[in-house]
Parts: sequence; C-alpha cells; structure tokens
Amino acid sequence: MRSYLSKTAVVAFLLLPAHVMAAESTGATVIVADSRHLTGLTAWWVNIYNESHFYFALLTIVTIPLGGAILGGLADLLMRQIGIDLKSRALREN
Amino acid sequence: MNWLYVLLPIAGVHVWWPGLVILGLGVGIIGGFFGMGGAWMVTPALNVLGLPMAFAIGTDITHMAGKSLISTMRHAKFGNVDYKLSLIMVFGTVGGLEIGARNIMWLERIGKIDLYVRCGYLVLLTGIAWLVFADVLKRRNKDRAARAAGQPVDPLTTGIEWYKTLQQIKIPPVVNFPRSGVRCSVWLPVGVAFFTGWLAGVLGIGGGLIRMPSLIYLIGVPTHVAVGTDLFEIAVSGLYGAATYSYKGRVELWAAFIMLIGAAVGAQIGAVATKYVKGYGIRIFFGCAVIGCDVSILMKIIAARYPSLKSVLDLSATILILGLVSLLSLFIVLKFVMGVREELALKKEAVLVA
Repeated sequence: MRSYLSKTAVVAFLLLPAHVMAAESTGATVIVADSRHLTGLTAWWVNIYNESHFYFALLTIVTIPLGGAILGGLADLLMRQIGIDLKSRALREN
Repeated sequence: MNWLYVLLPIAGVHVWWPGLVILGLGVGIIGGFFGMGGAWMVTPALNVLGLPMAFAIGTDITHMAGKSLISTMRHAKFGNVDYKLSLIMVFGTVGGLEIGARNIMWLERIGKIDLYVRCGYLVLLTGIAWLVFADVLKRRNKDRAARAAGQPVDPLTTGIEWYKTLQQIKIPPVVNFPRSGVRCSVWLPVGVAFFTGWLAGVLGIGGGLIRMPSLIYLIGVPTHVAVGTDLFEIAVSGLYGAATYSYKGRVELWAAFIMLIGAAVGAQIGAVATKYVKGYGIRIFFGCAVIGCDVSILMKIIAARYPSLKSVLDLSATILILGLVSLLSLFIVLKFVMGVREELALKKEAVLVA
C-alpha cells in the first residue's frame, strides 16, 4: 500500500507541469483590441498586439529598458548639475 | 477636459494621464529609496484609475522593469549593488514568477482574481509590518542594554537576526558575498528568491516588497546594499515579468511609458536620498508605508463584501493610497533636499578652509 502511494505521488509530481501547461493553454481569455479608429504609431502597435503576442512581447522587452536607459540618462545628467558626490556613501544602520 | 484623458487601446479604457505621471514620479521616488518596484501601490492605484486588474498587474510589472533599471544605475555608483547575489537570486525569482503568473491566469478564468489578490496582499503586508516594527523594537532594546552596560552602541547592530540561524545551514555549495559581507549556502538566496518570485507573480508585484525585508532578515544583507541589490533583481525579473505578461496579452505599453516619464526623475531622487538616511530610518518608513497599504487593501475587501459601502470605501482607499504615495514621496524629497544642502554647505566650507 505504501509503495503504491509513493509511486502515485511520484507520478503525480512528474505530471504536474504538464497539467499546469495544459490548464493554461485551453481556457485563457483572448482579447482583441479595437484598432479601427486608431492611426499612426498606436495603430501599428495595437495591430502587432492583435496579430502576434510574441512580437508584442519582443517589442515590450526592447522598448522598456531602452526607454528606461534614455530617460534615466537624462535624469542623471540633471542630477549631476547639483554638484553633490554621486559616487560614495557611508554604510550606517543606526 | 478630454485632453486630460488618454485612450489605452488594448484594455479599451480612457485613463486620466496626469495620474499616471504623478503615480510614476511618486513610485519612482519611493522605489528608489526603499529598493522595490512599488507595485503594491501601483497595481491597486492603476486599478482605481480604471485598468482591469490583470492589465494593472501586467502594466505595472512592465513599467517597473524600466524604472528599476534607472534606480539600479544610480545605486551601482554608490556601491549598493551586490551583483553576484542578485544574479544567483534571479534564477529562483524567474522560476517562482512564472508559476505565479500561470496561477494568476487561472484565477482570472475562474473570476476570483480581485478577491484572491487582495486577500493575499492583506496577509502578506500585515506580516511584513509586524516584522519591521518587531525588529525596530528589538534593536532599540539592544541599544538600551548596551548603554546600561556602559558599552558603546554598535552602528551596525540589528534587531531580528534570523539570518544568523539560516547562515548556519551549510548545504553545499557555500558561497561568499563580499559586497554584502555574507557567507551562506547558495540554496538560501535561491530558495528565498523562488518564494518571493512566486508571491510576486501571484500578487502582481515585482517582489521587492517581500525581497527587500527577506534580504535583510533572512540573508543578512545591510539595508543600503539590500536596497540596491533588490532593485537590480527587480530590473531583471521585471523584464521577464514584462515579457511573460505581454505574451499573455495583459500589458498596456502606452500607460507603462507615460508612467516611466515621471519615474525617471523620481527614481534618481529616491536613490540619492538613501545616501542621507540611516538603515533603520529606511526600515521604519518602509513599515509605515506597508501599514498604510494594508489598510487600503482591507477597505477594498470590505467594499467588495458590502456593496452599500462600496463608493465610500473605494474613495477612501484611493485617497489613502494616493495620500500615502504623496506623503512618503514628500518625506523622501525633504530628506534629499536637506541632505544636498548640508553636503553643499560642507563642500563650500572645505573650499573656504583650503
């Protein structure tokens, strides 16, 4: 009986990822964005979203760090104008 | 006043865009200071501004990746980032985040997403608030005891030291993290990262809210280094979160960019302000922020249960979250301004003496 239970537990454990994957692929809600009244850049990326979530994901992970680096660099330039030491600090808890 | 509203075409909602900029600025300041993405404030706030919860989570994680990158760039220059520890933790975080994101999609299908996310928040925030203040009290008692015994107070004394016990578990391989001054089994940061990553995926937060105290209390990283290290990890895992949520179609890229404009300035201010505040100062204000957020989430849960109170409680929760973001941001900006003035005055004095 114990052996049967442990084998069942091992099989259940091994099949768990497959169950999770299967559960996700069957019922995820699909959203289609209405791009009929959109123009220019907005229409372009909404169409990317509608046509392929993979390309939309690629667009996201390229533009977000790029945008962050550019905006961060600009903010850094402004911060340097203040004239404080931006390269060291004291480590204190109390 | 239509020009104050922007159409978010994927979610199909019109949102008050100055709210997005202000939110980005406030959370940028808070995130750069406390070492977290600030999603615990942004997700409910985006939901309040009109985005459906799944979109609020995805958009928030996406904006967080960019914002944390900005804060990390600044903290790295202060030497606050332990890259080795962070890169090891990324593996655990990404694994946990993916499982958490799948759980969210399942919750969305069965229609219970809002309730489960809010209840999860409530339990988690209460636990963290307790931990922070218990730690502060314990540290104060230690200081008092040291003074009573006529010994000097150690500036690096901490209250709760669970990390000392955990560091004794030497499951190989055991690794040194010189920047943090920590030596422990590699499975400790990986395990902590996996759990916090899973929570992050389920609750739609970057994980900083849980990981920052976890780095301090479970791994033993000094507060300032915990802030910088956590931000680097948020930037990496947030990017993964952005990829997985956008692949699942739950990201409003336009809203993320609008928020990033405010966050770029805020993140710099928050990160530089840590230079002027002691570790326990950061911990205490972190605890206050957590309590405020906890109360707002409780209001949301009560509002969902009692529809007659919904409008009053929803409004109160919105005011509380936005008020909290404003107050904390104001406090951090104040510390920043005071610190900068003091430093510039000292510099001037040194020049005059020379």
